[in-house]
Amino acid sequence: MRPLIHRSPMPGLGLSMGITLTMLTIVVLLPIGALLVKGATFGPGNVWEVVNRERVWAALFLSFRLSLLAALFNLVFGVLLAWVLVRYPFPGRRLLDAAVDLPFALPTAVAGIALTALYAPNGLFGGLAKEVGLKIAYTQWGIFLALVFVGLPFVTRTVQPVIEEIDREVEEASATLGATRFTTLRRIILPMLAPAALTGFALSLARAVGEYGSVIFIAGNIPLVTEIAPLLIVIQLEEFNYDAAAAIGIAMLTLSFAMLLAINLIQIWSRRRIGHV
Amino acid sequence: MTAFPALLLGLSPIFPLFPRATAPRRSQKDTDMLTTIKLAGETLAQGVKVQDHLDGRVTIETGRERLTGWPVPRYLRGALSVLALALLGLGAAPQAQAEALLNVSYDPTRELYREFNEAFAAHWQAEGNPAPEIETSHGGSGAQARSVIDGLGAQVVTLALASDIDKIAATGKLPADWQGKLPHNSSPYTSTIVFLVREGNPKGLKDWGDLVGEGVEVITPNPKTSGGARWNYLAAWAWAEKNGQDPKAFVGELFKHVPVLDSGARGATTTFAQRGIGDVLLAWENEAYLALKELGEDEFDIVVPSVSVLAEPPVALVEGNITSDDQRKLAEGYLNYLYSPEGQAIAFKHFYRAWDASKAAPEDVARFPKLELVDIAHFGGWAKVQPEHFGDGGIFDQIYVSK
Amino acid sequence: MSDTTLPFRNPTSETVLARRSLIALAVLGMALLVGAPLLMVFAEALAKGLGAALESLGNRDARAAIQLTLIITAIALPLNAMFGIAAAWFITKFDFRGKAFLITLIDLPFSVSPVVAGLCIVLMFGANSLIGGWLVAHGLPIVFALPGIVLATLFVTFPFVARELIPVMIEQGRAEEEAALTLGASGWRVFRTVTLPNIRWALLYGVLLCNARAMGEFGAVAVVSGKIRGQTATMPITIEMLYNEYLSVAAFSMAALLTALALLTLLLKTLLELRHADALAATRRH
Repeated sequence: MRPLIHRSPMPGLGLSMGITLTMLTIVVLLPIGALLVKGATFGPGNVWEVVNRERVWAALFLSFRLSLLAALFNLVFGVLLAWVLVRYPFPGRRLLDAAVDLPFALPTAVAGIALTALYAPNGLFGGLAKEVGLKIAYTQWGIFLALVFVGLPFVTRTVQPVIEEIDREVEEASATLGATRFTTLRRIILPMLAPAALTGFALSLARAVGEYGSVIFIAGNIPLVTEIAPLLIVIQLEEFNYDAAAAIGIAMLTLSFAMLLAINLIQIWSRRRIGHV
Repeated sequence: MTAFPALLLGLSPIFPLFPRATAPRRSQKDTDMLTTIKLAGETLAQGVKVQDHLDGRVTIETGRERLTGWPVPRYLRGALSVLALALLGLGAAPQAQAEALLNVSYDPTRELYREFNEAFAAHWQAEGNPAPEIETSHGGSGAQARSVIDGLGAQVVTLALASDIDKIAATGKLPADWQGKLPHNSSPYTSTIVFLVREGNPKGLKDWGDLVGEGVEVITPNPKTSGGARWNYLAAWAWAEKNGQDPKAFVGELFKHVPVLDSGARGATTTFAQRGIGDVLLAWENEAYLALKELGEDEFDIVVPSVSVLAEPPVALVEGNITSDDQRKLAEGYLNYLYSPEGQAIAFKHFYRAWDASKAAPEDVARFPKLELVDIAHFGGWAKVQPEHFGDGGIFDQIYVSK
Repeated sequence: MSDTTLPFRNPTSETVLARRSLIALAVLGMALLVGAPLLMVFAEALAKGLGAALESLGNRDARAAIQLTLIITAIALPLNAMFGIAAAWFITKFDFRGKAFLITLIDLPFSVSPVVAGLCIVLMFGANSLIGGWLVAHGLPIVFALPGIVLATLFVTFPFVARELIPVMIEQGRAEEEAALTLGASGWRVFRTVTLPNIRWALLYGVLLCNARAMGEFGAVAVVSGKIRGQTATMPITIEMLYNEYLSVAAFSMAALLTALALLTLLLKTLLELRHADALAATRRH
């Protein structure tokens, strides 16, 4: 059997491990443990009974489906944005670059209020959308929009450094060998970006699934239609139903954790495959 | 697990850096840490410290030579002092003071208590007491009650529903018979549910029955999260009963006309008034008048239905959070002042139906139209209504079951 | 037409048309998604003039909220930086089993809904829990007081510094540190003279990210704050409260200030990238 920790001449094992595990325990593991304990004392059968309701399934499905769609949109748009920001010089590029991080920094409640005001039927863009018969705020489109907003920076920020690192000679070689630009992009560039883009996609997805502050304003919050999973937790809390809140929390946690673990494993695998550590 | 002792051992080097930051002398062991010194201008040197001088300079051994100069704080030292400060900050959490009072209230009472707190503080000082520090906290009634149960140190709660205070009472923080301690079921003011419609009432909505008409959109908060919305729901229920309709079917039909379910009363008002969604807002009477006042009298009209509910938002003293006799006196004074003619006048002014109009401005009292009001006892009390209608799998949940 | 009549085109770039349309697409997307909400915040704040906006920020409660947010950030940032460095060191300098699992655990707070995070903290440290009850009895309430808000903030910003550092330190490898150790340098010295210069930009970047998120956190803080005006209401909480009181100018002024603080953070980051573009490019290889 492999040893738990390999011997290493590096100093600071105890210190770094100590800090890492202590903080991890206090900030993350203990509180999440408390949630799990709550679920355990409630009983797995009861937890399942709470989760296995139509409304809860509908909300979980809605949250994960729209988050996935939003993350996919961000994957495409984020790679495009990163490419434009790195490769094309144009006036205002720095500004655009700095703006990418804004959704990350803007308080979610403020973002929610601002987006709702803009995309409501009497808002600036919502009015335009109404002209073409599209309702954005208070529909699933609105939730999609808010989730795109909160997940926007991640793909761009993970892909950007990789594009910066791409050796132009590779592209030149490809062009010399007769490949069209499109073929080069598709066969050479995109595969190089894939692992980083995947990371960004995962981050974007993870962020979107749990988002509450901004979505709550723009979603209509109608059960089965526009009700997101975090709202169900808040509803249970308002009813003093800690057990049910914990049950739905555990369901979300399990799904998120499984998703992240899978993505981290894919990432390690893809890094190895393309020769990184 | 073998990892655990290592963890503890690993931690030990860092701890002396926090609490013993003021230790008079560093131990010998410290000398094998590197010290950076400033020699002249920007010249820096780094090496093992061999001697401390009285004037604060230190001598270091760089390996090639010994140098003496002013020590430069280790880069971590700055960060660590911030940390130490942080820990001090953690220790010095806000503490309730003797003459401070926290009133945990629900959403629509913000304006009321802002004015009432000032009036009470003036009254309290006029009676020869030191100036009290009164804080209020607002939010959804249920969420606020939950905060108190989870340890929010409110001495006074003024919530939307008696059932929310009952929940707090269940933890033993106040006696189960709290509602009998103050007049009028511990409700110094009451309110009801009315319709707020767009100017001129374009859809001609007069009563509950009109709300389920073709193409009518109704805005109400979610009864699961909002106390006010429960009253909306019950008012509709009461009307259906009185008009020979199946209340369950009617309420179900009503909620099919709701395009947005906000989580709180204020959110719903915003959706209706500022986002332009819906034809009618089911609102607290005081919220409706406030919306007229704040958002424009020429944009909305108030329609009073034939039947509505008598909502009695109760107040109570939270015994478990009283820390001193002075504080009890203050809290009792605060609640009693709510029932005084002056306090009642403030409630009238903020569009609540209070009891004692003796000091209220006549126009504040004359504003309220007479209508048939049904109270919670009609439905069997909150203890029955809450689980039956709004509990998990209750009648409200059954409305939202896909066909 | 033969190939020679075509204008010269750089074989490692796209056609002008493609470039322009891609730029237009990127700018349009950003304008609709990010630019417009940002402008709206400032427009609403200044709807009644700069004077009204500034006045609304000057009262006692507004100042207390700003102060509280700054204090929380000042506590959370160093703690997170310390954790990030320690975790990155532990993960990249040593080989141990369960590394992927540990990284996943560190990432976990990122994917946990802020609402669930708040719920977890209440369950763990609330007055009705074992630990929370004990702490309250000893005069150190966590929930509805500063420590709870700090914990919630730490939770939601937990992975940021570590996430920035780990890829950089993987890229750096261990060779330089090992060489320094072989030459007899102590552990701290290796860290300060070899590792830190290599990771400082990534570290700063992570801290700035952390800062941006820490100031604006709403969901988790809302659950644990108790929303007491002047005591436990942070800036985002105050924004929500003011907005709910129909005090639109005050709410958006506070939002604009918070946004401005975030913009300042981003500006610092951009300046950093401008001035140290080379250093950053060298250290930000993922």
